Amino acid sequence: MVPEYGHYALILAFCLAVVLSVVPLWGAHTGNRNMMATGRSLSVGMFAFVAISFACLVYSFLQDDFSVAYIANQSNSLLPVQYKVSAVWGGHEGSLLLWVLILAGWTLSVALFSKQMPLDMVARVLSVMGMIAVGFCAFVLFTSNPFDRLLPNAPADGSDLNPLLQDPGLIIHPPMLYMGYVGFSVVFAFAIAALLSGRLDSAWSRWSRPWTTIAWVFLTLGIALGSWWAYYELGWGGWWFWDPVENASFLPWLVGTALIHSLAVTEKRGVFKSWTLLLAIFAFSLSLLGTFLVRSGVLTSVHAFAADPERGVFILGFLAVVVGGSLTLYALKAPSVKSAASFEWISRESFLLANNVLLVVAAGTILLGTLYPLIADALNWGKISVGPPYFNFFFTPLMALVAVLMGVAALVNWKRSNLSTLWKWLKTPIAMSLILGGILPLFIGEEYSFSAALAIALGSWIILSMVTDVFYRLRNSKGFVKAFTKLPLSYKGMLIAHIGVAFTLLGASLNTIYSDHRDLRMAPGERLEQGGYEYLFKELVELRGPNYLASRGIIEVYQDGKQVDVLHPEKRRYFSGGNLMTEAGINAGFWRDLYVALGEPLDNGAWAVRIHYKPFVRWIWLGAILMGLGGLLAVLDKRYRQKVTQKRASKVALESASTTRAPSAS
Amino acid sequence: MSRLKLFIPLMIFVVLAVFFWRGLSLDPTDMPSALIDRPMPAFSLPTVNDATRVVSEGDLKGEVTLLNVWATWCISCRVEHPYLVELAAQGVKIVGVNYKDDVQEAQKWLKNLHNPYVYSIVDADGRLGIDLGVFGAPETYVLDRQGVIRYKHVGVIDDKVWTEEIKPIVDALKKG
Repeated sequence: MVPEYGHYALILAFCLAVVLSVVPLWGAHTGNRNMMATGRSLSVGMFAFVAISFACLVYSFLQDDFSVAYIANQSNSLLPVQYKVSAVWGGHEGSLLLWVLILAGWTLSVALFSKQMPLDMVARVLSVMGMIAVGFCAFVLFTSNPFDRLLPNAPADGSDLNPLLQDPGLIIHPPMLYMGYVGFSVVFAFAIAALLSGRLDSAWSRWSRPWTTIAWVFLTLGIALGSWWAYYELGWGGWWFWDPVENASFLPWLVGTALIHSLAVTEKRGVFKSWTLLLAIFAFSLSLLGTFLVRSGVLTSVHAFAADPERGVFILGFLAVVVGGSLTLYALKAPSVKSAASFEWISRESFLLANNVLLVVAAGTILLGTLYPLIADALNWGKISVGPPYFNFFFTPLMALVAVLMGVAALVNWKRSNLSTLWKWLKTPIAMSLILGGILPLFIGEEYSFSAALAIALGSWIILSMVTDVFYRLRNSKGFVKAFTKLPLSYKGMLIAHIGVAFTLLGASLNTIYSDHRDLRMAPGERLEQGGYEYLFKELVELRGPNYLASRGIIEVYQDGKQVDVLHPEKRRYFSGGNLMTEAGINAGFWRDLYVALGEPLDNGAWAVRIHYKPFVRWIWLGAILMGLGGLLAVLDKRYRQKVTQKRASKVALESASTTRAPSAS
Repeated sequence: MSRLKLFIPLMIFVVLAVFFWRGLSLDPTDMPSALIDRPMPAFSLPTVNDATRVVSEGDLKGEVTLLNVWATWCISCRVEHPYLVELAAQGVKIVGVNYKDDVQEAQKWLKNLHNPYVYSIVDADGRLGIDLGVFGAPETYVLDRQGVIRYKHVGVIDDKVWTEEIKPIVDALKKG
């Protein structure tokens, strides 16, 4: 009965979503406060029923109820408990239910943490989120019901979760990503509410900013987790493949990054208003587009869910309503939110705008590359696939420009800046980063690499310009450390996030330039030397995991005669489906990873072994963690938690109108 | 005029939506079905390990053959490779089509990861791929003794795909 309860709860949630999408909005339109006030309680109810529904599905998974078709497809009685839970979102239907749960969760949070917002705004925002929930609940109920039964012929056991997904990283990767994707629905709802009411002031931006930033933090960490997982699980040491599904997560990230900065300008200076709205619509639209691409089967990808044209038609229809509707609204109503303030060429506004444009252009080229096979197919140009060379060709120079501008943007004043002051402060970091970039490649690798010089110069430029900015800010304060601790949390968040970008940039480029790997034949007892390390293939043991058999290599690593680590690469064969999986043995370090993967057995007990030397690879994810931490600090800034009275709101407006720099980050 | 400008994002979306609509009725993993039960398209190309050896469609006749499209840039091909090695060891005849690839990289790959192929045809500019209707790698075609394409599988061949989809066809063709 439990699956039926889950199904029933979801139907009730759907009904509440329908009411939520109409009543508060109608109340806001007619000025009926009672109707507006229903938004909050309806959101609580919707969340409660979706949560019950989700709990029923988790419970059925734990009970191995293989009479439920989805569970029979995704789980297996031998599956370890934690993977039985993560198998809930291992397939299309369940992951969609997770989507709905997270959407309901965000709606609930908006309902709970919006005490200072005007009631009509809350009502509009919640209604828009209700509309999105209607679409997704209907999607689950009508095309992808995870509670469908396989009766009367229920299988005795399930066909198991895809072994690639049986991994700790993959337990949290999808929820994190969805938190990010769906999180953008909040700022989307804010944007629609602003367009509907024609009201977009600095208070609006201050409400939207923390929601956007926190969604962006989740998305950042989600993407990083996915990349880290691909690195250690797929067994060939790559961490980014420009696969359509990766791109689908990266597009909203790029636009979301632009949005965060544009929101900052809108809050501080009251400009870029319609641009901010457009970015808010884009960020969420691209999240939806990702869902469409992954689940409709229009593109081939390593991640793709089982394709079903009926589902594709549904999402496309939904996409048309949400994106088409919001862009139409935008086209009609955007003139009502015109920006008034002005700024000059050398100002933080124009630098942030330039970076915004670069990020959107980057997103555009990636979108084009991702969709190109589809477009070419539709126009009968033949079937074409677009690979990493295209993406790297466009993406790398764009990001290099972003890095250059980033350092200046932090230091330049709002409205206008004096070029000679700017030069006075920036010449030291410019000179130092050029010197570092020129010299450091001499000490890494065997050949001098100019790309590495460029990457190091850019990375150190970002870090040094951030440090310079701290000095600039504290130029008139006494007691550096004490003054620094007094700086607002959001400013520190900005510093940390930008330094994170530098780390990711350095990690990604230096790893690409200096990575080295060898494919070898190794028999137990053999030693060999690679990149200054000595590898001893001690022995090969067979083990039995809960639902697989594994050959595990025991490989000792020595440096200068001293043992560094023992690595345990595995080759697993899963019982159901007979899938072969590679588990890499990794010795992780701040400067480099040693990465050993078993290939395939050769004759006489020898194995094909792949040994990678991956310098700086950890920096990629360290950078992402720093970005996430920075975003978190920015959200925790106390100005978002203060009770904003009308008086303070006008003070902010006054502050932003003056030419002095507001003491907070952007 | 500036009001019309605001409609640009909407226009772009409408154009994209039309493509998506079209895309839904096109299956990217589907090949022009016209090729099934048609003879292998004509070609004359060198092989990966021996550039002087030129093979043509005639060389594919005589034995039931798997024609496997692969490339070193293809992630899934790496996943599939060990299984092909296993199949080759069982005596299945596999011919490779090295699709839009760098020959030296391909040679390295075959040396390092084992070579399950009798030979691999070099299709550097993807011409043969176009004639075959290749969307991407990996793809595998089943050819009968007369060199007629009998089946096409898009994506990785693993144990399940082999035993459930391809092996029955291969066995039937061998008998027939």
